[in-house]
Amino acid sequence: MSGSMALAGILATPLVGLILVSLSGRSPNLREGVTLTTALVLFAQVLALYGDVAAGARPELLLLPMLPEVSLQLTAEPLGMLFGLIASGLWIISSIYSIGYMRGNKEGNQTRFFVCFAGAIFAAQGIAFAGNMLTLFLFYEAMTLITYPLVTHHGTDHAKKSARIYLGVLMGTSIVFLLTGMLATWVLAGTLDFRQGGILAGQVGATGTAVLMALYMFGIGKAALMPFHRWLPAAMVAPTPVSALLHAVAVVKAGVFSIVKVIVYVFGAENLMNLGSADWVPLIAGYTIVAASIVALRADNLKRRLAYSTVSQLSYVTLAATLLAPISIIGAAMHIAAHAVGKITLFFAAGSIYTAAHKTEVSQLDGIGRKMPWTMVAFAIGALSMIGLPPAAGFISKWYILSAAMSTEHWIAVGVLVASTLLNAGYFLPIVWRAFFREPAPEAHHDDGHGGHGHDDHHGDHGEAPWPMVLAQTVTASLTVLLFIYHEPVLRLARAVAGGE
Amino acid sequence: MLKQHLPILLVIVPLITAPLIVLLRRPLLSWMAAMLASVVTLIIAIPLLQQAVDQGVISYAIGTWPAPLGIEYRVDAANAFVALIVALMAVFVMPYCRTGIAAEVRSEEHYLFYAMMMLCLAGLLGILLTGDAFNLFVFLEISSLATYVLIAMGRDRRALVASYQYLLMGTIGATLYVIGIGLLYLQTGTLNLADLAQRLPVMGDVRATLAALAFITVGISLKIALFPLHLWLPNAYAYSPSAVSAFLAATATKVSIYVLMRYFFTIFGETVVFDARYTGTLLLALSLAAMFIPAVVAIFQKDVKRLLAYSSVSQIGYITLGISLSSVGGLTAAVAHLFNHALTKGGMFLILGGVVLRYGGASLERMAGLGRTMPIAAFAFVLGGLSLIGIPGTAGFISKWYLVTAAMEEGQWWLAGAVMLSSLLAVIYVWRFVEVAYFREPPEGSPSRGEAPLSMLLPGLAMIAACLWFGLDATWSGSMARAAAEALAGAWK
Amino acid sequence: MNLASHYTYFVTILLLMVGLFIVIARSNLIKKLVGLGLFQTAVYLLYIAPGKLIGGVAPIIGEGFDVYSNPLPHVLILTAIVVGVATLALGLALVVRIKEAYGSIEEEEILERDAADELNATDRA
Repeated sequence: MSGSMALAGILATPLVGLILVSLSGRSPNLREGVTLTTALVLFAQVLALYGDVAAGARPELLLLPMLPEVSLQLTAEPLGMLFGLIASGLWIISSIYSIGYMRGNKEGNQTRFFVCFAGAIFAAQGIAFAGNMLTLFLFYEAMTLITYPLVTHHGTDHAKKSARIYLGVLMGTSIVFLLTGMLATWVLAGTLDFRQGGILAGQVGATGTAVLMALYMFGIGKAALMPFHRWLPAAMVAPTPVSALLHAVAVVKAGVFSIVKVIVYVFGAENLMNLGSADWVPLIAGYTIVAASIVALRADNLKRRLAYSTVSQLSYVTLAATLLAPISIIGAAMHIAAHAVGKITLFFAAGSIYTAAHKTEVSQLDGIGRKMPWTMVAFAIGALSMIGLPPAAGFISKWYILSAAMSTEHWIAVGVLVASTLLNAGYFLPIVWRAFFREPAPEAHHDDGHGGHGHDDHHGDHGEAPWPMVLAQTVTASLTVLLFIYHEPVLRLARAVAGGE
Repeated sequence: MLKQHLPILLVIVPLITAPLIVLLRRPLLSWMAAMLASVVTLIIAIPLLQQAVDQGVISYAIGTWPAPLGIEYRVDAANAFVALIVALMAVFVMPYCRTGIAAEVRSEEHYLFYAMMMLCLAGLLGILLTGDAFNLFVFLEISSLATYVLIAMGRDRRALVASYQYLLMGTIGATLYVIGIGLLYLQTGTLNLADLAQRLPVMGDVRATLAALAFITVGISLKIALFPLHLWLPNAYAYSPSAVSAFLAATATKVSIYVLMRYFFTIFGETVVFDARYTGTLLLALSLAAMFIPAVVAIFQKDVKRLLAYSSVSQIGYITLGISLSSVGGLTAAVAHLFNHALTKGGMFLILGGVVLRYGGASLERMAGLGRTMPIAAFAFVLGGLSLIGIPGTAGFISKWYLVTAAMEEGQWWLAGAVMLSSLLAVIYVWRFVEVAYFREPPEGSPSRGEAPLSMLLPGLAMIAACLWFGLDATWSGSMARAAAEALAGAWK
Repeated sequence: MNLASHYTYFVTILLLMVGLFIVIARSNLIKKLVGLGLFQTAVYLLYIAPGKLIGGVAPIIGEGFDVYSNPLPHVLILTAIVVGVATLALGLALVVRIKEAYGSIEEEEILERDAADELNATDRA
């Protein structure tokens, strides 16, 4: 009973926050106060649920009887718990950061921004605690729609065009593939509930399962498996907190989370292993990892580089999940968390650089580490996590994934992991190196000077970004390190996900 | 006592109100009479549906003349449900007419407008409830004639031409239908639908039966606006007064679809229509064409009303697709979409009517910046659009759920893909509106216009809200659709 | 089953086709209505002809009346005639209004004027 009340609270809180934020649009301070309070209350609620779920409880809540046959319902299980924690926890930090960013850059339509932000978190919680595939799909689509105004925030033609790609790819894949897959699952299995061991186990043959697998893998466009990854770099047109939200907290995590969830609870890892229907997925994921890394290597725009890095990192999760060993499922769950804190740090840093120095290209970053030491140290930690080096969280998850690949003797996966580690290092370390060990190029300075003297002074003397931003990125960077040292709570959930196998 | 007369009351109330309005003449009085009649119709329709679901078939002998001789009204879950939809739409549209029509129709013609609305309502309900093939034709013409007048009342002179064209097409359709039932009558000697349903299977596979089937199918398809017989529809919807577009889009084609289903499944029977012939394949092909071609045409429309009209033709394709599957699942999908699409399209036309009132036209160009000038209307319109696409949480998703699962259960897996692809086309035409409404500046020099008057805004919002509600909780509409489908397939025993 | 015994059907079909052809082929709105009227009238024949028996009379119960013609088709067609008249009247009323609004009852000219209107509208915008 109390568990289902908690679930109701978790879903209601961001919704109430959303309404309050839209009502308090006139007074920015009140509005931001509401955002932060809601975020804190939400996180506290999710955290309160952690104990029960980790102990094995599975609270349920019936939302609405959507159809005579299937209803909308929530169930808290370990994997959802993990995603719920990540989304709500990082919402607090990104709210703090957004406040600094939006004010620092004097962005317009701030109320709409915070309303949609709360809406996206609402959808994320819905996805996290979805009790069946229908509920998950509902919130999945809701998230696509609610983040659309965020991507088009600037309202320019460029934003509009990018948002078309964003919406077109996400909506297109979800309607054409995911919905078809879901309905086929319903027809074949007679249920859409998430069950340990999978609902399709024993219901469908190998070929059918492979087709369904394809529908789900490509249908969950938010996981950005190639060739449906284009929306992610396109969405870079949005303000940086949005990119952080999209790439670390809500959207992409919702994608890979759904993939893991589908593999574990709809197909069943063991079932897939026996049928061999998912054998092709690691190849696609591996290709995505390497190809996206190569694109990232060549990208000069910082946010674009980060975007392609995300594409590649997401496929780590897909790859890990489709290796189908219990240990790889643990790795996948761990990587969701590790990538979240790491990538959000990177985006926060990129946004800080933009706010303080108005720089967007990697080639402009020479020597910036001296002016913005906090930012660049945070960036460096995030980068280490992406590469998978200690002392960052990425090391832990990569370790699990790599050992899973070794133990299943999936040598292609091993090769991909090694190659991508080198590539990651290849596109992140130069940035760090530039920032700290290169003299600021006088040329770049001169270029900036064209903007006018006022700007010149501003750029020349810029220091750190506004304090809320620095605070936010410091916290996430610390979390990245903390997760390396103390990852027991996450591991506990991850083990519970893989445990039933 | 009164309870057993519900079937006839449902038709009589609006039918009597029409001449009454002509006598009243004053605009306000006639509106009040029409409003009252619509509410009463709805109040009658609800217990009637309840009764039909509980009891199965209700037979009502007009003037107590027993069935084969007298005219019989036969009510079951299927037609009672569609009648409820029609009555519900009338209740939604009527409050809107008060202000909506004032702007579009000259005040001395108001009483005629309301009289025609009542005749149209009576005709549609009559088509649904009657158990007599010829009586059905008469009601079909009552509603059609009223519709021609209503369309011609539009402000634009093109409304006259649209009405004239619809008159030609509609009359041809109705006449083809009469030929069809004439052939049936010559064979069986009865016009009572239930009798026909019993006698036709005995006759076996006679060529005259097939000819009758062909005539009736083509005739009714004209009224349905089944692709490629839809040419009258876009102009008729685009130039008629907004309230009329909303009412017609939500009811007229739906009622004709009911007639087609009744003939296919109850009267001719699946064996004659589908099993031995290519009717199913043909209907399937036409439905697919309807789902794609008009949807593509909709994408290129410059006028939002026309865009919605073409979208209606495309959505009708979903319904006939459900019919073509010839299974209870497919029929459920068809009936569910009948209901869901009526709510969605009716609501969108009503919202659009408010915009037209403020902006003086429905061209997409004028809608620039609508998201800022009329935020509530624009947002509600987008929600309606999401339902057209079939986003979960809207009524349109429920239809899609039933339709695709029905197709899959019949083993037609590829149809799922076709349905999904065609909803992508809906994404495109809905998003054309979104981009214009939200990303373009309002044209210079346009004063801030503000929302439409509440009496126009609220009915539209109520319908859109209903469309969301029935998307989140479709237990009632879903089970009703299922009951209706079973009643249709159950051969009226 | 020979041609002569079914000649009413052939007449019906001929009339139907002639009517439909006029509706489709003529551009004059009045002529179209004439064609439509013909199309509807043909159906009357379809109903009434088979109802008539040679030597049959109105169904009166009494001595000397043995062979009845079927009265029902007549009743039905009376209704259909009413409907047909109403349709024709409404159609003609519409044509009058169209003539007032466009100054023409030729379909092609009307469509031309609409197209010209649309062109003007886009020019202004």
